[in-house]
Amino acid sequence: MISGRLRWRKFVSNFMLAMTGVCAFVSVLVLFFILGYLVFNGGTSINWDFFTKLPKPVGEAGGGMANAIVGSGKILLLASLMGVPVGFLGGVYLAEFSGKGMASVVRYAADLLNGVPSIVIGIFAYSLVVLPFKHFSAYAGAFALGMMMIPITLRSTEEFLKSVPRMLREGAMALGASKWKTIVTVIVPAAYRGIMTAILLALARVAGETAPLLFTAFGNRFESHGWSQPTATLPVMIYTYAVSPYDDWHRQAWAAGLVLLGLVLIINIMARTILSRGIAVPRS
Amino acid sequence: MQASAKPEFSVNIVTNLTTPAGRETAAPLPMRMTISKVNFFYGPKQILFDINMGIADKRVTALIGPSGCGKSTLLRTLNRMHETVSTSRLEGEILLDGQNILAQDVTALRRQIGMVFQRPNPFPKSIYDNVAYGPRINGYKGSLADTVEKSLRHAALWEEVKDHLHKSAYELSGGQQQRLCIARALAVEPEVLLMDEPCSALDPISTAKIEELMVELKNLTTIVIVTHNMQQAARVSDFTAFLLTGQIIEFSPTPHLFTTPSDPRTEAYITGRFG
Repeated sequence: MISGRLRWRKFVSNFMLAMTGVCAFVSVLVLFFILGYLVFNGGTSINWDFFTKLPKPVGEAGGGMANAIVGSGKILLLASLMGVPVGFLGGVYLAEFSGKGMASVVRYAADLLNGVPSIVIGIFAYSLVVLPFKHFSAYAGAFALGMMMIPITLRSTEEFLKSVPRMLREGAMALGASKWKTIVTVIVPAAYRGIMTAILLALARVAGETAPLLFTAFGNRFESHGWSQPTATLPVMIYTYAVSPYDDWHRQAWAAGLVLLGLVLIINIMARTILSRGIAVPRS
Repeated sequence: MQASAKPEFSVNIVTNLTTPAGRETAAPLPMRMTISKVNFFYGPKQILFDINMGIADKRVTALIGPSGCGKSTLLRTLNRMHETVSTSRLEGEILLDGQNILAQDVTALRRQIGMVFQRPNPFPKSIYDNVAYGPRINGYKGSLADTVEKSLRHAALWEEVKDHLHKSAYELSGGQQQRLCIARALAVEPEVLLMDEPCSALDPISTAKIEELMVELKNLTTIVIVTHNMQQAARVSDFTAFLLTGQIIEFSPTPHLFTTPSDPRTEAYITGRFG
């Protein structure tokens, strides 16, 4: 009787162990499957022209997506310039100055904003920035992406500032540093690597967003100069090319997917590099 | 009374020391700080009751007592660190060189009264930048390198770190980090140095070094130390205050307090019957 129960328990234990192992394996497998597929299909279609040439008209072979690569870069830069300062300074306020009630309201609002579907953000940017000016533009796209960066930057800034040990604050204050000086000279430098990492990850996240750009930055078959013209971006190009009926465009879409993945990968590696450099604050 | 280089301690000083400000004209030692009728509260809870004591210039004053007696709280009122807790409330008067510290700008006050904490808390910066921090934020105009060297020498750390000043402060041992924190506090040339159980996180050898240092630092500054270690108080301090449940039970020259305590509770504590 007892040995039978013991055997059953051993069976359940082994079964669950196997299940968790298989699930862990499957989640890794999905990632590698996507990566492998992308590298295989994109790698065969990518060439130097892809980075240097403009898109060719339908039917003509070759051409590239130079305009979309530049456009994505421009929009991400402008989005960071809009979203990061707001998120960062808001996070400083939450962590250092606000009362409990106020902080929880802002925190909750930020979490809600983070959960707003990106297409809704796109519509919002469309009605706020596109309609009044009556044309699609790079800054409308950047506005949409910048808004998506705010909650991530804000929450992670707050978390990393709060995790700076109290002892460091007191150490600075005991030397005659004002609260503001303490924040600027000790607390932010102590949390800076975590905050930078979070900002880069936020950037990597919005780099792949398509929906908010569909009717803000829109797209462009040509080079777009300045910030107020419709601008091509990699995610929107992938979308447009992938739903087209042309084999040549499909190949271009794969190549664009690979380039976008490379971009996200580079940003991630930069984030890791920042994390591993400089002086870390030991956990106490 | 004539100011002599090494005045003898007497019971007479003791009674004068424990009296409120203004009545100690006969005391042979100049007072750096005077604490009068201080009551302290966290929210509705009273932590300190009617504290009166003087901090003698260029001497080490120790605060001893069992856990929760209010000795750390008393220390933290001296540079107004208690204000980081919003519910705290202080009544009474604390004078530094005759000026009420509660009426002063708090950042200016803390430049005059340095503090060393229970656990070493160097900033995540290089050794050099840690020591230079205080002078830098205070807009120091002289030679920073000289100040850093001088402070590290005073903290007896210079010889150990002079060849790698630009390494992370976290690469030092715990005892070295604590001496770095002392150097950091000394760099702004404080008139008073508060030490909140500075050796409680350190091994015996590091502790001995810091105790040695305290005795030397008397030439430079006035020291107030909180310690749970009675032997430490006996070794390093000139005056000792024994606190119990937020009150000063006895405040005397250290040899006097440890050899002939006048209160039975002091005697019970120093002979290890409680606490």
